Amino acid sequence: MKRIEALNDFVIKFANVNGSGSASANELFAKAILRMGVPVSPRNIFPSNIQGLPTWYEVRVSEAGYLGRRGGIDMMVAMNPQTWDADVAELEPGGYLFYDSTRPLPPSKFRPDITVIGMPLTEICNAVYTDPRQRQLFKNIVYVGALSVLLEIEPEVIEKLFGEQYKGKEKLLASNVQALHLGRDFAKEHLDAPLGIRVKRADKVGDQIFVDGNAAAALGCVYGGATVAAWYPITPSSSVAEAFQKYCGKFRVDPATGQHHYAIVQAEDEIASIGMVVGAGWNGARAFTATSGPGVSLMTEFIGLAYFAEIPVTIINVQRGGPSTGMPTRTQQADIIACAYASHGDTKHVLLFPEDPHECFEHAACALDLADRLQTPVFVMTDLDIGMNQRMCRPFAWDDSRSYDRGKVMTAAELEAGKDFGRYKDVDGDGIPWRTLPGTHPTKGSYFTRGTTRDPYARYSERGPDYIYNVERLLKKFATAATLVPQPVLRPASRKTPLGVIYFGSTSPAMQEALDVLPESGIHLDALRLRAFPFPESVKQFIASHERVFIVEQNRDAQMHNLIVNELDIDPGKLTRVLHYDGTPITARFITAAITKHVTLSMMPRGKTAQAQEVQP
Amino acid sequence: MTYIAKPRLHHPTLETNKVGYTRRDYEGKISTLCAGCGHDSISAAIIQACWELDIEPHRVAKLSGIGCSSKTPDYFLGASHGFNTVHGRMPSVLTGANLANRDLLYLGVSGDGDSASIGLGQFAHAMRRGVRMAYIVENNGVYGLTKGQFSATADSGSKSKKGVINSDSPVDLVAMALQLGATYVGRSFSGNKAQLVPLIKGAITHGGAAFIDVISPCVAFNNHPGSTKSYDYVREHNEAVSRIDFITEREEITAVAQPGEVVDVRQHDGSLLRLRSLHADYDATNRYTAMAYMQEHQARGEIVTGLLYVDPLATDLHTALNTSAKPLNELDVPQLCPGAPALDKLNASLR
Ligand SMILES: Cc1ncc(C[n+]2csc(CCOP(=O)(O)OP(=O)(O)O)c2C)c(N)n1
Ligand code: SF4
Repeated sequence: MKRIEALNDFVIKFANVNGSGSASANELFAKAILRMGVPVSPRNIFPSNIQGLPTWYEVRVSEAGYLGRRGGIDMMVAMNPQTWDADVAELEPGGYLFYDSTRPLPPSKFRPDITVIGMPLTEICNAVYTDPRQRQLFKNIVYVGALSVLLEIEPEVIEKLFGEQYKGKEKLLASNVQALHLGRDFAKEHLDAPLGIRVKRADKVGDQIFVDGNAAAALGCVYGGATVAAWYPITPSSSVAEAFQKYCGKFRVDPATGQHHYAIVQAEDEIASIGMVVGAGWNGARAFTATSGPGVSLMTEFIGLAYFAEIPVTIINVQRGGPSTGMPTRTQQADIIACAYASHGDTKHVLLFPEDPHECFEHAACALDLADRLQTPVFVMTDLDIGMNQRMCRPFAWDDSRSYDRGKVMTAAELEAGKDFGRYKDVDGDGIPWRTLPGTHPTKGSYFTRGTTRDPYARYSERGPDYIYNVERLLKKFATAATLVPQPVLRPASRKTPLGVIYFGSTSPAMQEALDVLPESGIHLDALRLRAFPFPESVKQFIASHERVFIVEQNRDAQMHNLIVNELDIDPGKLTRVLHYDGTPITARFITAAITKHVTLSMMPRGKTAQAQEVQP
Repeated sequence: MTYIAKPRLHHPTLETNKVGYTRRDYEGKISTLCAGCGHDSISAAIIQACWELDIEPHRVAKLSGIGCSSKTPDYFLGASHGFNTVHGRMPSVLTGANLANRDLLYLGVSGDGDSASIGLGQFAHAMRRGVRMAYIVENNGVYGLTKGQFSATADSGSKSKKGVINSDSPVDLVAMALQLGATYVGRSFSGNKAQLVPLIKGAITHGGAAFIDVISPCVAFNNHPGSTKSYDYVREHNEAVSRIDFITEREEITAVAQPGEVVDVRQHDGSLLRLRSLHADYDATNRYTAMAYMQEHQARGEIVTGLLYVDPLATDLHTALNTSAKPLNELDVPQLCPGAPALDKLNASLR
């Protein structure tokens, strides 16, 4: 039998039971490899349940630095009898199966084309530990120890990680190190090590950091100057607010007085959380909420108010599988249309699409600036894949000369100097009016904010021309927004090509890998990564300058494709959709296969096959 | 018609208050509500209260939901910023506004449809959060703006103008506010200015969540026989627990009080609320007796009005959150941004 042989390039998956304490052991495993200078990208695959159901942790090890999900598993650490059959089936031929052999299994439970490594984990732990919880918890550390021998992960690196984790808790540190060596000793004595897949120290991580997108977005809100956060718990966004709380506790407490330079409210629901953000934004504080699809649904009435009354609002939408409760713990990019046009009537909202935690940080800070500048809701569209998984990325950066763009806020002095204040007047020709904050001046600049239409001086009006003036100005403002949002990133092919591809957000790592792989089969693509809606002019030009453009996204209905067609008036016949929406993160294999299939089909003689516009291998 | 601005001509002899404003300075646009609508009387009481309190109009932020009642902030305090939010959601917007700038006075105006139907949840949570504000519900038992449907405060058995009998039990916002932890709870009647003005003054100066339910007949849809929110009905069934005098620190207390009948309560800002109990045994500082008293009288068909409960030393959401004394909306980069060196350290901890 041929075994998979690979150095620093494999996928290992841990199949566990929710609540068994495996999460920190698995993370430790991934982090140890990272510390050896080898890029990893782990993904939590978990059910919408607290305890007892299956959960997986998939780690891709890739010296080449590919961080997207690859697809296929080279080694399975099968700790969950419930999912045994499916887990074993997922292994690539020549792969490795590691399991707890305390209770022997019949040969029918295995596959002939894989290498099976049994280790009596339960037996070992039962012999050493008496406390049932310890028996369970240390089982995870014992298998990490065994894997470190099988895969040649340096034990000193793991011990150092323990040292950091249990700083000041010497007893815990000692017992973890002991469990690690329990696993190592057994593996050295009884198992055939190393395997064909192995880790070798490299220098491919550099100064990159390892962090999840939600923590990064929260930090972006701290750096971006958000002072009011209102939220309601929902997976996968809750950890944004929780991380914001943590970072504020660290960075935003006045050392002299102990007073907080922030306010965080866990609201009674999403309607109240966005309402608080609207109130705070109206009153001149930078405010945000973090939510996911169902929360956005509830917020839409307020989003419409904020759009029409022109109030800065930042919403971090960590997307998950919909519609309805859909797949609450799986990833999708399926709220694009719902957010772009959230609320009733004619609305359009600014959306930002970060590709990784680094950009989650940047876009969150940028969203707060844009919301103030444009006086409108701004969405940061992340998803579960970036939000809840730790990802290797460029370190966060901040320019200390950067100040906050508070937008057009007229001061008491300006009002005093006699500046004409008309709340909804387009003074500067960019569609963005000036505002005043409550309490500014005893006699000048006050106005009444409302969701009903009004004249340029904010006076209630149902006159058609006043309405038209307003909504047309909002369109002009949206055009201004296109020049202010993060611009698309172009990655040209190495040679001239009629083919282009458009992608965005968490699809990025899989796409980058696909772009490296596709030229091997003679397919060259110019690639454009969108970073925001409204789409800048360059998006239209990119499509115009190619014969065929693929649009890769993670939803069923080609939402980004539709937004592009709708907003840029593009002939849909030029576009090909590449859609992935089973809730798992898209893979390079999927993208490569879809595009290859399309190119091959379209090269066949006409009539033999219909032009495939939608490719779903 | 779009709006009607009031002429700003002031008679030179108009009396000014301590901050130099006349009563006219506290007015707003001309009301577009029906002539005789109870809501207009409440606006007048708010104007009177703010004038008497020597509040600078622009230091007030007035927020409301949607409804005839919620339109009223346009008709008073023209020099302050107003915000007509969405139906039933004024409390959350006010909460956010208050968090952004704790230095302003917050006036929340709502209707019974707005607060007891669609907005019941937000009402409840604003009370239990202790957001510092004067929250006034202009309670007419119907939806005025959408023309006469029952609201959730309509008494069961009461009759709509179209003759429909309401079979649902009413929501009593006063009882809820007491139960949820509001620290100033009162009920009044739009037609009783002598009681309403001091009650509003007390609410505005109160240090926590102040709630006043004001029965405010809707002349268009709920002022007919069979309604329990009509002028006649309320006049006949009113049971006042207290008349309150509002006295600021600076003024000598002149009210003559009969021993045993007066309770003075000092609010956190130093001002005094003088309750003149009509019943010697009524204690407005006890939440539980207030609840029982109100419900006993309600069972007898009486509407208890006056200040039912006050915690004079109440604190608010800012106290609970320990937010900085300087308003959050005035903080800037030095107080808010940890800066590049801190970020570098953080980056290092993430490797
Ligand atoms: C989401 C939503 N649903 C319904 C309405 C329609 N609506 C406007 S005002 C109102 C009722 C107002 O009643 P109330 O708060 O009692 O105020 P009143 O007009 O009686 O003073 C309703 C249902 C709305 N504006 N928004
Ligand atoms: S409909 Fe009723 S509540 Fe509305 S303005 Fe007229 S009287 Fe007042």
